[in-house]
Amino acid sequence: MGKTLTEKVLGRKAGKDVQAGEVVTVSPDYVLSHDNSAAIIKEFQKLGINKVKAPGKIVIVLDHIVPAADEKYAQNHKSIREFVAAQGIPNFFDINAGICHQVLPEQGFALPGTVIVGSDSHTPSYGALGAFAAGIGRTETACIWATDEIWLRVPETMRIDLSGRMSPGVFAKDLSLKLIGDHGAEMANYRAVEFAGPAAPDLSVGARLTLANMSAEMGAKNGYFAPDDKVFKWLEGRARGPYVAVSSDPDARYESVLACDLDGLEPQVACPHTVDNVKPVAAVAGKPVNQVLIGTCTNGRLEDLEAAAAIFKGRKVHASVRVLVIPASWEVYREALGSGALAVLVDAGCVILNSGCGPCLGAHEGLMAAGEVTLSTSNRNFRGRMGHRDSEIYLASPATAAATAVAGRIADPREFL
Amino acid sequence: MSHGLVWKYGDNVNTDVIFPGRYTYQIMAPEEMAQHALEDLDPGFAARVKPGDVIVAGKNFGSGSSREQAATCLKAAGVQAVVARSFARIYFRNAINIGLPVLQSDAAVDALETGDHVDIDLARGEIRSARGIFRFLPLPSSVIGIIAAGGLIEYTKSKLAQEQE
Repeated sequence: MGKTLTEKVLGRKAGKDVQAGEVVTVSPDYVLSHDNSAAIIKEFQKLGINKVKAPGKIVIVLDHIVPAADEKYAQNHKSIREFVAAQGIPNFFDINAGICHQVLPEQGFALPGTVIVGSDSHTPSYGALGAFAAGIGRTETACIWATDEIWLRVPETMRIDLSGRMSPGVFAKDLSLKLIGDHGAEMANYRAVEFAGPAAPDLSVGARLTLANMSAEMGAKNGYFAPDDKVFKWLEGRARGPYVAVSSDPDARYESVLACDLDGLEPQVACPHTVDNVKPVAAVAGKPVNQVLIGTCTNGRLEDLEAAAAIFKGRKVHASVRVLVIPASWEVYREALGSGALAVLVDAGCVILNSGCGPCLGAHEGLMAAGEVTLSTSNRNFRGRMGHRDSEIYLASPATAAATAVAGRIADPREFL
Repeated sequence: MSHGLVWKYGDNVNTDVIFPGRYTYQIMAPEEMAQHALEDLDPGFAARVKPGDVIVAGKNFGSGSSREQAATCLKAAGVQAVVARSFARIYFRNAINIGLPVLQSDAAVDALETGDHVDIDLARGEIRSARGIFRFLPLPSSVIGIIAAGGLIEYTKSKLAQEQE
């Protein structure tokens, strides 16, 4: 019997042959944390030891509230900087780097065949490059800092076979929302999701990052693509070291297989207050919005900003709408400056914010009052997530977001191409 | 055996409504977290919950963020256990790691309603109420040691101490 990518990666780390259902103890390649490192440090200090076990494996990226929005956030950041210096942690990214889930791939930490755990639920993003990557909590992260190991149950795998081709105006975000809308927010709970099929290799690295990111909203432990030449080329000049790429065997065992045809896929919108409350854009077109957010770990990459810029070019943000644009990282920020995309967005009337999570998690930079509505390219629309509990969040692609910003109400991007 | 009242909710109770993001980097003390437990789902919960009470919910409890406060705030509020049809995977790990029992039983979720009196016997794997006695799925063997130690911090602390001896 063949093995899935997840079984191979975890098996190699565990030093034995493993299959789904087994529990293995592994030493991860990297363990990620962000602003929540301040709380993790407090847990670590309860363990009765002074030094982290493997400082070189710890990656800390400040991204959630950057720069600090008030004294408490500032104190958190300060305590993290002091801990980083005291422990000699080399991989620290301060407020001028970007969102961890963009920084780890760009900076060559997230590599095919590696095991990465992170105290953030969207850690599965790195599966886009063929890594095994899963989210964990604070206490667990503190214990990995101390022991350099974690127990993991090898998950069963759901394969999603993609075929056909997305038409203009339709993006990976629409595909992810369609899947979650059709199959529910716990469609892959506890499982690995493998994105495969004849259309998978057509997807850009950015599109794969969007899908692997959204696998978290399917409940998945990890979501991934088989690494291919597109990935290897993207990693040239980025990879921090050698890596061993693995893919699932043709006779690997899958718990289930879904087929998904991209032909005929339409732009999708997730309506309040769950990610699986998904409708085609036509069903919600015309709904007035107060704010549009373009960015986040789901959709803040260059191709996302350019998709938005293509619609904003020669047009203006509607007078009744505020538009926030957040490049996912400073690398993206610089690329978008160079490509001219940012100039188009600024000329259209968008507000450009520092690379980071922005208002996505409800801490700062554009929170909503009661009764307000935001259409966002992020990954969650839970009640109260971006402000008052009586505000509303709709989720969509950057193109749908730009079309909505121009129209002042939810709009089909294909009418603006 | 521990006694309490049931608070019943639906499917997909997510971490944002259990513990809103606006507090995640502002509040560090568990007692203070407890004052905001379930704030965006049931604003009256935090003021009225009593030690020993039990949350009963549907599928995918704790979906969303990895924020551990969504488990910590319930434990600090006195909730003795969450009974659900299923749990989101990070929530499941977090709850065990901080010592909040997370129990799966479709029959209990079908039967129990808000205000019911229940007794939970973790050792016997039983939830008892006037509506019947319900068994819950045994916890995986990999986590028994963590729970027995009182959570992952205590478990790891004793492991590290042994290594140093």
